[in-house]
Amino acid sequence: MFHWLEKHPFFFAVGVFVVIAFAGLIEILPNFAQASRPVIGTTPYSTLELTGRHVYIKNSCNACHSQLIRPFKSETDRYGHYSLSGEYAYDRPFLWGSKRTGPDLMRVGNYRTTDWHENHMKDPSAVVPGSIMPGYPWLFTNKADVDTAYAEQLTVAQFFSVPYNKPVPMKDGSTKTVKMGNSVAEANALALAEAKVIAADMKDQDVKDAVARGEIPEIVALIAYMNSLK
Amino acid sequence: MENRPLEYDYTVAKMFMFTTIVLGIVGMLVGVILAFELAFPSVNTFLGSGLAEFTNFSRLRPLHTDAVIFGFTLSGIFATWYYVGQRVLKVSMAESGFLMFIGKLHFVLYVIGVAAVVVSLLAGVTTSKEYAEFEWPIDIAIVIVWVLFGMSIFGLIGIRREKALYISVWYYIATFLGVAMLYLFNNMAIPTMLAASPIGESGIGAWYHSVSMYAGTNDALVQWWYGHNAVAFGFTVPIVAMIYYFLPKESGQAIYSYKLSLLSFWGLMFVYLWAGGHHLLFSTVPDWMQTMGSIFSVVLILPSWGSAINMLLTMKGEWQQVAASPLIKFMILGSTFYMFSTLEGPIQAIKSVNAIAHFTDWIVGHVHDGVLGWVGFMIMAALYHMAPRVFKREIYSKSLMATQFWIQTLGVVLYFTSMWIAGITQGMMWRAHDEFGNLAYSFIDTVTVLHPYYTIRGIGGLLYLIGFLMFAYNIYKTMTAGRKVEESELQNASPMGA
Repeated sequence: MFHWLEKHPFFFAVGVFVVIAFAGLIEILPNFAQASRPVIGTTPYSTLELTGRHVYIKNSCNACHSQLIRPFKSETDRYGHYSLSGEYAYDRPFLWGSKRTGPDLMRVGNYRTTDWHENHMKDPSAVVPGSIMPGYPWLFTNKADVDTAYAEQLTVAQFFSVPYNKPVPMKDGSTKTVKMGNSVAEANALALAEAKVIAADMKDQDVKDAVARGEIPEIVALIAYMNSLK
Repeated sequence: MENRPLEYDYTVAKMFMFTTIVLGIVGMLVGVILAFELAFPSVNTFLGSGLAEFTNFSRLRPLHTDAVIFGFTLSGIFATWYYVGQRVLKVSMAESGFLMFIGKLHFVLYVIGVAAVVVSLLAGVTTSKEYAEFEWPIDIAIVIVWVLFGMSIFGLIGIRREKALYISVWYYIATFLGVAMLYLFNNMAIPTMLAASPIGESGIGAWYHSVSMYAGTNDALVQWWYGHNAVAFGFTVPIVAMIYYFLPKESGQAIYSYKLSLLSFWGLMFVYLWAGGHHLLFSTVPDWMQTMGSIFSVVLILPSWGSAINMLLTMKGEWQQVAASPLIKFMILGSTFYMFSTLEGPIQAIKSVNAIAHFTDWIVGHVHDGVLGWVGFMIMAALYHMAPRVFKREIYSKSLMATQFWIQTLGVVLYFTSMWIAGITQGMMWRAHDEFGNLAYSFIDTVTVLHPYYTIRGIGGLLYLIGFLMFAYNIYKTMTAGRKVEESELQNASPMGA
């Protein structure tokens, strides 16, 4: 058989393809529907949080920080409850990372504050002596791209039925509705309202002034995202 | 018909040899910069604080991995295909104007794609998925480049004189099919410009942005099915294609066992794809998939070692060649690193070991003993073997090649030993508890302790880069100043100057 295949490239290629495709079919397909169901309390990202998530991705934070807490005592002691599949239901893309040069950030919103992030992103080693993380001063001047985040919200709401403007069940039995604007202008207004809350806790006068003018520096969006990681 | 060997046309092979070397230098240089950024954080602003956004670790890291995978390695795969393909199929590119056109178009679009990747990654335009960072416009360009590669493979096969496909061609076909399948499925995304707001605005935000078709755990599953097998079909399968051709050619020895090559090929094809789950151990992926990932990773030793042993036994009775020829040294040490790396990988895929190794530098060390020791050595050996035949000149300097070999070997050894120690140290410190059951170390303690190992790793990487620059110089001098050689000198062992 093998000798025959070696003289018939088409059938050879078909044979190779079948053999390599086999594992994907068996491993990946069966669990698709089940795994993307959100757990109670998981909400879609708000406009500003999603904008911040884009800042996180733009700067490849995931190159050094994981967002996956493994079920070991040492990990739950350090980072909080181990990760559940449904908590990632609205993560497109997933940001688990593959290397922990810095600590895990899955639940960083539980134990770090806006103030802490502001100081840390400017000069990490001033906050954590010995840190090898570089500073990210440009986040304080670059303007965040709210429009693209809004386009992404529209896309996931339309194609993947992500529940924006719909009540989502919370752990305490109440519901929460994450708002998405009806227009670009409304989306920007929603993001700005969130940004004002963040900026109120910040010290950098340039950032405060920018938000007062109606602009959103990248750092504000990033902090909104980090605070949402719980 | 006159009774003389075919004249092959190496126009396209030469083009890709050039990008192999240039992108190899770029990828490795960025790697060395990254290594020193971790050891000495002030290196993050080496071009001044104004440009720090583009020189800091996180922005450069995808550029390093992609330059090495899709730049250096892929160019090496293309260069060797345009050389090996003609020879084992006994047909010249010059016989088909169409295939020659496809080959040149393949190269031109590839270079444009590489330029687009560099610009977009530096600008921070990324999907964040490892080795699949490119947004959809670049993905489309990559698919076109890949289709052209496929046309070239199957086109050449279509007009071949030698009816039976040699082992290397099996592996090139598998490379083409495997990458095509993986890349397409992993990069499925919806461009956000397609969305319209309730009041009818469309084309909102960045036109190149897209959102993954998969969410959370599913996205991770598809990504590591891809990521792991990008290693399979980028760093293993095509490199095995190379050694099956270049080692017998350079040594003048026949492949030790045809049956072993059959077993290894079909075994590798079947087993490799299952093993992706080992990147997701202890994650939220279902347990049975994790266990399958572990088990198949261990089974993977069989076909991997099958190929490597086949290569080592090909040298049976001719071991003096290893001492005599630095070119053979590269290939034999390459096979040895392949065995080493394919033993280390399964060990890391065992759940209890993975609990310590995952997220640490041990994984980084594993990648690099494979890529520096196996992929890098094999591609350089292939180009060294090709150079005299492509340029009709003797390799410029044998002693330079030998010096390069030892410098790079030392570099690889420093790299992986330091990363082993760093990884296991950090993994153990993360999980250490004191007598009261509290964590023994804060996270930063587990970072500062790594400084000496990061420094040693940087030096190891620098040595490898220096060796690669010697390689580039040697090839350049071969092209321009090597002694011209006669056809009769080009039998087995490549002619080399002192």
